[in-house]
Amino acid sequence: MSASTIKAPPIGARRKPGELGDKIFQWMCVGAGGFVLILLGAIIVTLFLGGLPAFERFGAEFIWGTIWDPVEGQEEFGAGVAILGTITSSVLAIIFAVPVAFGIAFFLTELSPPWLKRPIGTAIELLAAVPSIIYGMWGLFVVVPFVQMHIQFAFGEQLAAIPLVGFLFQSTNFAGTSLFSAAIVLAIMILPFIAATMRDVFDQVPPVYKESAYGLGATRWEVMTGVVIPYTRISVVGGIMLGLGRALGETMAVTFVIGNANRIATSLFDSTTTIASVIAMEFPESLTGSLQQSALFAIGFLLFVISFLVLALSRYLLRPRLK
Amino acid sequence: MNRRSLLALGASTLAIPAIIRPSFAQQATITGAGATFPRPLYDRWSAAAREGAGISLNYQSIGSGGGINQIAARTVDFGATDAPLTEAQMAERNLFQFPTVMGSVVLTVNLPGVQNHALRLTPEIITEIFFGRLNRWNDPRIVELNRELRIPNIPVSVGYRADGSGTTWAWTNYLSRISEEWRAGPGFGTSVRWPAGNGARGNEGVSNIVRNTPGAIGYVENAYAVVNRLITTQIRNKAGNFVRPVNESFVAAAAAADWTVPTMAPDTIDLSGPNVWPITVGTYIMLPTNPVADRVEGSRNTMRFFDWAFRNGSQAASALEYIPLTTATHDLIRSRWAQAIKDPQGRPIWTGAAG
Repeated sequence: MSASTIKAPPIGARRKPGELGDKIFQWMCVGAGGFVLILLGAIIVTLFLGGLPAFERFGAEFIWGTIWDPVEGQEEFGAGVAILGTITSSVLAIIFAVPVAFGIAFFLTELSPPWLKRPIGTAIELLAAVPSIIYGMWGLFVVVPFVQMHIQFAFGEQLAAIPLVGFLFQSTNFAGTSLFSAAIVLAIMILPFIAATMRDVFDQVPPVYKESAYGLGATRWEVMTGVVIPYTRISVVGGIMLGLGRALGETMAVTFVIGNANRIATSLFDSTTTIASVIAMEFPESLTGSLQQSALFAIGFLLFVISFLVLALSRYLLRPRLK
Repeated sequence: MNRRSLLALGASTLAIPAIIRPSFAQQATITGAGATFPRPLYDRWSAAAREGAGISLNYQSIGSGGGINQIAARTVDFGATDAPLTEAQMAERNLFQFPTVMGSVVLTVNLPGVQNHALRLTPEIITEIFFGRLNRWNDPRIVELNRELRIPNIPVSVGYRADGSGTTWAWTNYLSRISEEWRAGPGFGTSVRWPAGNGARGNEGVSNIVRNTPGAIGYVENAYAVVNRLITTQIRNKAGNFVRPVNESFVAAAAAADWTVPTMAPDTIDLSGPNVWPITVGTYIMLPTNPVADRVEGSRNTMRFFDWAFRNGSQAASALEYIPLTTATHDLIRSRWAQAIKDPQGRPIWTGAAG
């Protein structure tokens, strides 16, 4: 067996079967690639067709309308609150997660003793393996009471007294399930994606670059900000976008902790809702063919559009540096 | 073992069920889907009916809306819902509905120092709380009613069901009954536009909000409150009496309802009567009025199942904190079966004797 593979095949007779194999393999690869496109297209079309009655009924106002009233006879649907909640909770999660992820990656690549790298790296990757429903339960039983007792009750009034930004902390909602709790849970869920990406790309910086900087007398921090980050910027942003994408579509964990109220959150401690949690909550009880179900399809379609825009935007921002 | 003996073994294992099956000829299987609220009871009945009536029930608790969707698509033998259909909806989908048991919705609170069944609330106060306009528990209106209690000075947090549910349907129905403003505003349905509060998933989610948050108030199914030992409140009913959420009050509500209406889904919210608990609801089964030929047997067995459950299952219902219907109501349901549900030849499927 091994002898025959090492020997070069005789020209002529053996060539054809090899070509056939190549052809089959090529078409299988094309098929696999095309399958993703077709599948994605089919999902978008299904969601759009399902949502069409809602779009027709409410027009463009569906996108920014803030009323979500499924009561029969007075149905009115607007995705505004859910869209805003989806974006604010995801952006907050990114704001919470990126510094921590950067710290983890910095520690693992520059500071950590070699024996500690492995366990911490594995622990970070294990965070990504925890099912989102577990994060939801943990959020509900641990994060929510903590936010409620030790952040909102403890600091809420002092924070609300800060001029200009005080309104961000001023809330009459004391149940603990809030935008803030949701952002914390989301941040922990997307942390492993961002941290693992950052660690991997930091590790790929050629040692000679860093050594030259050290040779010039740079500190670790200067090496990080002056050499490593500029060298890896594109991949770092890519990792953050991956995290953002995950945060936008996260369903169960957010549903548990965000409070599911169709009101715009003016404060971090207010409850609000996201597109994914509205769908998770209302889809099972919506009647087939009803306007409510159509509206749910429609916001599902909008979530798709938002995710697409986010990815497209990140591509666009990166383009000048891609060369 | 060679291939031939393997084949022989396979053939014989295949043959065993074929031999045994005739002795189980009575054993029929019916499938149902819908409301989550009666699931524990239907599971209990199902286990008992397998022995008692030779019918095994496969019930999927996918929610009332799902139950309506599934039976409208005729993918199951029966659908179950907590929010009954109107006459028009029944006609549109060719469905017939009947009640099985009743349940009740209670208010639970988390007020440190306040005992079970102690806090008294009036419809006016409840309305103000759920509109988010009554923000602290030591509001004079609450203190006035509860002079013997020490009401702590903490903020009020409202908890509600964020998922569509029959419990919400019942509770918002009650709110629109006691408040003109609520009826004109949020209205009632399986999910509504809540003016205030936090949404949670399921009865357990609302209980969790109430348990974790001092000052929280939320509505749950009574069975849930009893099993989890939640602190419940008294409510002033239509007759002006404060009633406690106990079995006598619920049974009084079942007796006060008029089950003879065409939909078999009478108004059970805020009924008159001195001891009536104001928020009770039926839970309903939906059957096709015109089952196709190969669904006739499923419909017949569904009726046999519930006929058996009506005769033998009331005790199990009470034990699980449901409210059984009266015998007169059971008889009424049987006679309606005979009138409403016909096979493709136009003959009634329910003949009464089959049980």
